[in-house]
Amino acid sequence: MRYLPLQPEDRAAMLAKIGAPDIDALFADVPEVARLDGPIHQLPDHASEMAVERALGAMARKNLTAGDAPFFLGCGAYKHHIPASVDHLIQRGEFLTAYTPYQPEIAQGTLQMLFEFQTQVARLFGTDIANASMYDGSTACGEAIVMARRITKRGRVLMSSGVHPHYVAVAKTMAKFTRDEIDHRDPALTAETDITALIAAIDDDTSCVVVQYPDILGRIDDMSALAEKAQAHKALLIAVVTEPVALGAIKAPGEMGADIVVGEGQSIGVGLNFGGPYVGLFACKEKYVRQMPGRLCGETTDAEGQRGYVLTLSTREQHIRREKATSNICTNSGLCALAFSIHMTLLGEKGLRDLAALNHAKAVKAAERLSEVPGVELVNDTFFNEFTLKLPSDAREAVRHLADREILAGVSLGRLFPHASELSNGIVVAVTEVATDADVEQLADGLASVTQNQREEVPA
Amino acid sequence: MARYFTEEHEWIDVEGESATVGITDYAQEQLGDIVFVEVPEAGTVVEKGGEVAVVESVKAASDVYSPVSGEVTEGNSALEDEPALVNSSPEEEGWFYRLTMSDSSELEGLMNEAAYKDYVDSL
Amino acid sequence: MSMNREGRPTRPQDAEATSETFTGNRALMLEEPLLFEIGDATLTGVDLEAAPQAESRLGGLERNRPIGLAGLSEPETVRHYTRLSRQNYAIDLGLFPLGSCTMKHNPRLNEKVARMPGFADVHPLQPVDTVRGALEVINELAFWLIDLTGMDGVAMSPKAGAHGELCGILCIRAALEARGDAREVILVPESAHGTNPATAAFAGYRVENIPANADGRVDLEALKERLGKGGEGDCDVAGVMITNPNTCGLFERDMKAISDAVHEAGGFVYCDGANFNAIVGRVRPGDLGVDAMHINLHKTFSTPHGGGGPGSGPVVLSEALCPYGPIPFTAKTKDGVVHLVEEENAAEFDHNDSFGRMVAFHGQMGMFTRALAYMMSHGADGLKQVAEDAVLNANYVLRSLEDVLDAPFGKSGPCMHEALFSDKGLADGFSTLDIAKALIDEGYHPMTMYFPLVVHGAMLVEPTETESKAALDQFIGALRSVAARAKAGDKSLHAAPVHAPRRRLDETAAARKPVLVWREPEVAEAAE
Repeated sequence: MRYLPLQPEDRAAMLAKIGAPDIDALFADVPEVARLDGPIHQLPDHASEMAVERALGAMARKNLTAGDAPFFLGCGAYKHHIPASVDHLIQRGEFLTAYTPYQPEIAQGTLQMLFEFQTQVARLFGTDIANASMYDGSTACGEAIVMARRITKRGRVLMSSGVHPHYVAVAKTMAKFTRDEIDHRDPALTAETDITALIAAIDDDTSCVVVQYPDILGRIDDMSALAEKAQAHKALLIAVVTEPVALGAIKAPGEMGADIVVGEGQSIGVGLNFGGPYVGLFACKEKYVRQMPGRLCGETTDAEGQRGYVLTLSTREQHIRREKATSNICTNSGLCALAFSIHMTLLGEKGLRDLAALNHAKAVKAAERLSEVPGVELVNDTFFNEFTLKLPSDAREAVRHLADREILAGVSLGRLFPHASELSNGIVVAVTEVATDADVEQLADGLASVTQNQREEVPA
Repeated sequence: MARYFTEEHEWIDVEGESATVGITDYAQEQLGDIVFVEVPEAGTVVEKGGEVAVVESVKAASDVYSPVSGEVTEGNSALEDEPALVNSSPEEEGWFYRLTMSDSSELEGLMNEAAYKDYVDSL
Repeated sequence: MSMNREGRPTRPQDAEATSETFTGNRALMLEEPLLFEIGDATLTGVDLEAAPQAESRLGGLERNRPIGLAGLSEPETVRHYTRLSRQNYAIDLGLFPLGSCTMKHNPRLNEKVARMPGFADVHPLQPVDTVRGALEVINELAFWLIDLTGMDGVAMSPKAGAHGELCGILCIRAALEARGDAREVILVPESAHGTNPATAAFAGYRVENIPANADGRVDLEALKERLGKGGEGDCDVAGVMITNPNTCGLFERDMKAISDAVHEAGGFVYCDGANFNAIVGRVRPGDLGVDAMHINLHKTFSTPHGGGGPGSGPVVLSEALCPYGPIPFTAKTKDGVVHLVEEENAAEFDHNDSFGRMVAFHGQMGMFTRALAYMMSHGADGLKQVAEDAVLNANYVLRSLEDVLDAPFGKSGPCMHEALFSDKGLADGFSTLDIAKALIDEGYHPMTMYFPLVVHGAMLVEPTETESKAALDQFIGALRSVAARAKAGDKSLHAAPVHAPRRRLDETAAARKPVLVWREPEVAEAAE
């Protein structure tokens, strides 16, 4: 077996040193009932590298790859071009095969990178500080709600209808155990967000208000007034960003007064990967640092006075506080944070702004083109690189028909809100720099013919 | 003024109905370098034995329990900027909070200095 | 004969050495400034097409103020991160004996497979018919995990071990609530990973300790007594969380009896699967009465740790807990087709009692492909060999060191995949920390230190199966040398490490005045 260096004569010599007659003697503590007499039956024996590669390659080929089709899916995961050097650098063994930097003297590479990552995230979000990453955007959002509870000691959560429904579902799962009460409705297919209603709903029992920016339908709204109202009632404003590239074009939530900003960092440096691994971003005002979950990297000096970095404030964490920890999080998403940080370094402020401008312009042109399709209506007034269309018929059907023609058209709202029939004609379309004019034309043509067929099949 | 000690290594100075609470020299030595202290705000009502403050070193976080019941009149705000005071002057400048006691009979079960010294020696 | 009088000297010359250099570098040990000190807002390492003309739809929310992000050109970027990488220790460089972390070799085939476009470039919300291969991977991996553990089902979506623990505890909670049984207590041994009590508390349970016996294992009689408290039919214990093999590196001999006792009292058994590497392919937790166990794919199944994640923590479940597992999950129907079960079709697949969703999308696909490649490479025979070699290596380390380092449970029999030592017998003023830092100078990552908490100055050594005997012998030699110095009171140990990129760092200063982001020097000064 190619991954096991011990040879039969090594094993014999080692057993002799140990003073055990055979390997079974080392498993003597296992109760009789649980001892297996040989390899587990239903599983195959070992395989060569070539055989494994072939078997998995065959599975991979059964999928329609985003790069092989006109591609317009978003809703929390976005296809952007990732520079080649990102993947090269994260595969350096010193990054890839290192552990969590608990021995800082020999982990300065990871630690300095995390310090830079924290700085990049804080600046992107317009907040004071950020942590060294979370599992993904949805769990970061859930942890932010729990953190707000710790700070405000209140349990009423107002979740905007514009928050990604999976994020809402994760928050509701957490709430079953924290006993938070989550106030949430499905979104309406309108140009206006529910920000006015949220402002009205904040009271002295409110722990936090959670808004997504841009929201699940792609809409953008100013959250300054919301922040003011929340502050007046000592509630916290949590902003969720699922498309961080947007912040190269629009104001940061921190600039508008958000107390905690969380997000999904996949869009910068990390591939689609069918949903994971991704990287959760978590940032907040400095005064809340000790209530923050997750790992933090801080600057210090060594015994010779040289600048260096360590994991710090770890008394918040599970391995010290145990049942009093701020969260049970242990592993974070270090390698994806590295990919995010490298891509962000390659972009720089100029590159991020240019990339955001390119995304926005392409999306605006695509929205204009697609709303020319008969029966198709653009829902949004405002958007960044993602917008919602209202089709004349069921959007999930349309998406399936278009997939048969190898066009990945977008995310139907029926997929995200299966119980909400009033949303079933909605489709969210994301247009990033990877979409060409020809792709948009194919989508427009496809939508025209699919909706026409559907209208003929099912008279309105 | 009288000073009493708890088995949880808090000290309490009593003068009439008011009292000052901190952690002992032994406690700070066990904890090591203190990096953060969270003290209660004035007006907090505390119960004897209830969690009232948090003290953190690099490697450990510990709760501080109130030796007596009462209402906090002042938390030591100096500890916010300089938690190291707990290491350098645990039983004077590094005090945690002051309170008005609601039941001075609660002092009865506590140790005096000599008893606490014996207790620490026995650990 | 022609004489060449030019050219370089070819023999070393006598000279006094100095360690001072103009740059602060020491040959291949290179200092690297912060990104924000070398980059700026105008530099970029990407070329983008110009944006077409289009009317703004940003609703007047343009970001006009500077963001403060630093950029670098591509060559500078590559150099920045390459130089940083060289300040890290890694498995690729040498033995990484971090107990309880299973730092084994990361096969590169796994990396290649995970990057196949059919896996890496697929959106989680694509129509199901366009992602059949991805679902097949999930289903195939699920099949392996269920079979290797002897359990009935598996929740694939948890993102890491601790997240898996939460999943398992939430399943237990849902199962108890479904039968109207509001129990409040989770029992956890003192030797447990800190995540166990943190998880139980997060899920709203009160945590109580289970005492250990002198052998470093759960005290079965004490556990039974605690379960019996409150009398017949009135047990308040929702479940126990037990690590097996435990964090002292020992197999819980009474595991089956523990499970039986807990089940009899109406509770559930959660097993922390962090140490599954010791028994994979040889022992099935399902045969020991376990109801839920997370599996760290980044430990046992070799997906890379990446400097602290991403991990992946699927949770295998017993028949009693399966109905409560989180969505989404994958199920294979009789016709052999793999289905993705989500909120909308849970009823179709009889999965209405799920406690909900733990993550957006479907979990760590990129880890699934890597783990599956690893499992298929090893096969059933190879995985059994993995456990055997891991246990053999650990026992070899234990028996090669127990004459110089105190092994608190050395007398009680063999260890499993990790060997535990204590600081007993070191000279006055010498600690586990000194030994750990001296190992750094010897070119090793230290072992896990000061864990488990039940042993004073604990040192937990997990060599894993991917180390050769020669590699172990060199490590043993290094640790023997360091231990001998610590016993002899060699004060130079307190200065270690002296050959690493940094000396010991001041963690107290870092925690007292946390500096968590870089600020321009003038801004930082103003904040002082």
